[in-house]
Amino acid sequence: MAESFHPIPGGAACFFEAAQAGVIRSLVSQVAELVRSDADSGPGTEGDLESELGLSGNAEPPDDPVLARLLPNGYRDDPEASAEFRRYTEESLRSGKVASAEAVLASLPPDGGEVRLSEPDCQLWLRALNDVRLALSIRLGITDEDDDLMDDLSVSDPRSAYVWVYQWLAYLQDSLLEALT
Amino acid sequence: MGVAPVEVEQPRTGQDAALDAPWVTIVWNDPVNLMKYVTYVFQRVFGYPRAKAEKLMLDVHHKGKAVVSSGTREAMERDAETLHGYGLWATVSHDS
Repeated sequence: MAESFHPIPGGAACFFEAAQAGVIRSLVSQVAELVRSDADSGPGTEGDLESELGLSGNAEPPDDPVLARLLPNGYRDDPEASAEFRRYTEESLRSGKVASAEAVLASLPPDGGEVRLSEPDCQLWLRALNDVRLALSIRLGITDEDDDLMDDLSVSDPRSAYVWVYQWLAYLQDSLLEALT
Repeated sequence: MGVAPVEVEQPRTGQDAALDAPWVTIVWNDPVNLMKYVTYVFQRVFGYPRAKAEKLMLDVHHKGKAVVSSGTREAMERDAETLHGYGLWATVSHDS
């Protein structure tokens, strides 16, 4: 069984093999890149005052289903209110997600090793791991929590490796929550 | 891009006329977020005791959604934004 987080004074710690660190770093970077790059190509890059205040963000829901899950609508049946909500909140939501990803990248050495996290870093890790799991769930087409994912994918399907990663990240996140509570 | 002055509160019309009726934040079930995580987020974001946070989490899980906070529209939008930061699927709606 893979290593899991355990409590230490003021936070939590976990040992990561180099391969495990590589997988997490790669996935976290991809999510950060997705969240960041899409924002850069949006309409909020004119460098005007509104942009500097973070108020001129995009009002349209993202086309990419992963981004749509990470940056969801604020209203269920009211596109107009959702657009307004998005205009005011999306930029800070995006930068928060990028900050969580960067905290993971800063604390997880590419070669692996013992990672000791302060409580605030644990919070950022929880969010970043969750964002990666949300992204993977969309790419894997997980729509039902009782899905037996392995049954749905043949072993030759390249996604089957990510099913294992998805389940491992849930195990890691669960252990981090246990360490914090 | 034609933009209305951002600092000016847009007049709310129609259903929003009932200014006293509270707004609510709803969290929807999804197949990804761990039950333990959702409980933890409710405790952390709202300061709810564990029992209340767990009950809300179970409502989300079994009934598909739960009202997790109520108040002014602005406060509910802040709550929804905070919950989005944690990856929960939250929306604001008028409690009618």
